[in-house]
Amino acid sequence: MDYTLEARGVSLRFGGVKALTDVSFGVREGELFSIIGPNGAGKTSIVNCISGRYKPTEGRLFHRGRDITGLPPNARANIGIGRTFQNLALFHHMSVLDNIMVGRHHLLKNNFLTGSLYWLTGARREELKHREKVEQIIDFLDLQSVRKAPAGTLSYGLRKRVELARAMALEPHLILLDEPMAGMNFEEKEDMARYIVDLNEEYGMTVVMIEHDMGVVMDISHRVMVLDFGRKIAEGDPAAVLADPHVKRAYLGEEDELLVDPDDAPSIAEDAA
Amino acid sequence: MVARSTIPAGDFRTSYAADTTIFPTRTSRNFAIAGVILLCFAPQAFSEYWLSVAIQIGIFAIAALGLNILVGFTGQISIGQAGFFLLGAFTSAYINNTYAIPVFFAIPLAGVITALVGLVFGLPAARLKGLYLVIATLAAQYILLDFFSRAEWFSGGSVPASANPFSIFGYTLRGDRQYFYVVLAYVLVCYLLVTNLMRTRDGRALIAIRDHYLSAEIMGINLTKYRTLSFGLAAFFAGIAGALYAHYQLVISQEGFGIERSILFLAMIIIGGTGSIMGTLMGTAFVVLLPESMEWLSHNLKGSSIDKALALNNNITFLREIAIGMIIIAFLMFEPDGLAHRWRQIKTYWKLYPFSH
Repeated sequence: MDYTLEARGVSLRFGGVKALTDVSFGVREGELFSIIGPNGAGKTSIVNCISGRYKPTEGRLFHRGRDITGLPPNARANIGIGRTFQNLALFHHMSVLDNIMVGRHHLLKNNFLTGSLYWLTGARREELKHREKVEQIIDFLDLQSVRKAPAGTLSYGLRKRVELARAMALEPHLILLDEPMAGMNFEEKEDMARYIVDLNEEYGMTVVMIEHDMGVVMDISHRVMVLDFGRKIAEGDPAAVLADPHVKRAYLGEEDELLVDPDDAPSIAEDAA
Repeated sequence: MVARSTIPAGDFRTSYAADTTIFPTRTSRNFAIAGVILLCFAPQAFSEYWLSVAIQIGIFAIAALGLNILVGFTGQISIGQAGFFLLGAFTSAYINNTYAIPVFFAIPLAGVITALVGLVFGLPAARLKGLYLVIATLAAQYILLDFFSRAEWFSGGSVPASANPFSIFGYTLRGDRQYFYVVLAYVLVCYLLVTNLMRTRDGRALIAIRDHYLSAEIMGINLTKYRTLSFGLAAFFAGIAGALYAHYQLVISQEGFGIERSILFLAMIIIGGTGSIMGTLMGTAFVVLLPESMEWLSHNLKGSSIDKALALNNNITFLREIAIGMIIIAFLMFEPDGLAHRWRQIKTYWKLYPFSH
């Protein structure tokens, strides 16, 4: 398969709670792939499995054909997986600049010995070289005016943008965005959508995005996957997914007789049990 | 934004190099250099007594700096710093006495050996958090102290171990006036090293772990490695400080380096400002100078009219101890962010004076 990221039968259980049940999907190189679904559907759980925070109870995850199911989270930066968090997860006391510089961690070579000797070991030169890269990201995301401000003092929308900048600094080829537009106003959403499209088209990153704003998802995604109660209920191009009766039911809770699939109804009851 | 920055108006940086300097402005750098040059004349200007106070501040400031890496920058906690301090002291004296390694090399070597021991204690500690970690580091303190009292070959047991004076190129530095320069050099080097560390990759990794360890991990930072490393670094500076102390005192005993000293190291960085390098120095100076100034105050109070009116007599000694405790408590209540924070506020106030509104 030519998938950049592939999940095969991923299940995740916490005690008796089934967060994910047998989820399989594939993301192609250069794709903008969205995961949608009602609250508690397991969207963040699947992203946490990909980024290594959770280990799937069953099933395997493949990245460019390599099994990454058991890879520790910090090793996934090296293979080019970056992510942002749903709830802000910036380093609050660090400046915006330093936050983004942390993203360069796995690309920098200096360590506590060479770093301490700054001028003598070339650490200074290396840091300055990477600073330049970071400034390019700052320019791209329009963060110039706040680069020296502590991240904890910024507004919500700006923090989301800094988090995106930090994930970009990893130079990932696969970036996972967990609700990048939650809590934003219309203008901020518009900006963020543009950045995400640029990430995808200009920087060539494969994007996996969780988002609730249907308008944005339908506009910019190449393909969409819908989760409900930890199961995949639909996958495909945005228009097709939107027309899918299962999706309609998951979102609107329609009781339309025509929509109730006799095979499907008991299985949902089974999940809930 | 304006009020937060201490950089004066019109000071523009035109290169990234100019934006990564240690001191925010040229003036502050010149002041610091002038301060160091002035300190070089301290042995000529001050009495032996005040020099010994200054040496103490310097030595403890190095140990506190190590602790600040661990507590202030990495967000771990340790109440075993005094144990590592003693380990450095004994190690330096031991390798100097037994293997005839010159004191000049024995001090950094003792730092490295202490760091290795610190790494060993850091391994389990890197997996613990909060109160559990406090207990683990408490164990480190007691294990080390117990080792010192049992291993007579190493520490001299009940008889204090002796250490040789510092010598360089066959020239022996004796007394406060000469040793002051050794400590000054070490303080400068240690503070520079840590300042550099904190503006490069691994220092940022430590701070990232403190602020949000989950996202630090996603950024490719190995949590166990860096938490253990910060224990090693903390032990390294404790070891250096202990070794300096050994070759200053010339005898080393466990006396005064129990758990209370470890807590005093914590007090230094909390008063100075956790996560602030200059704050560490300020906090150490504060903690060392506070009893001194209280001593001076009670000395002057003795026999004065206030003393007679209140019939204090010997109670002055107790009042002094109470006052020290109260000042520290008041400090934590009114200045929880430490002296470093206060210093920043003073600077920003004067930057805009008299138009600060």
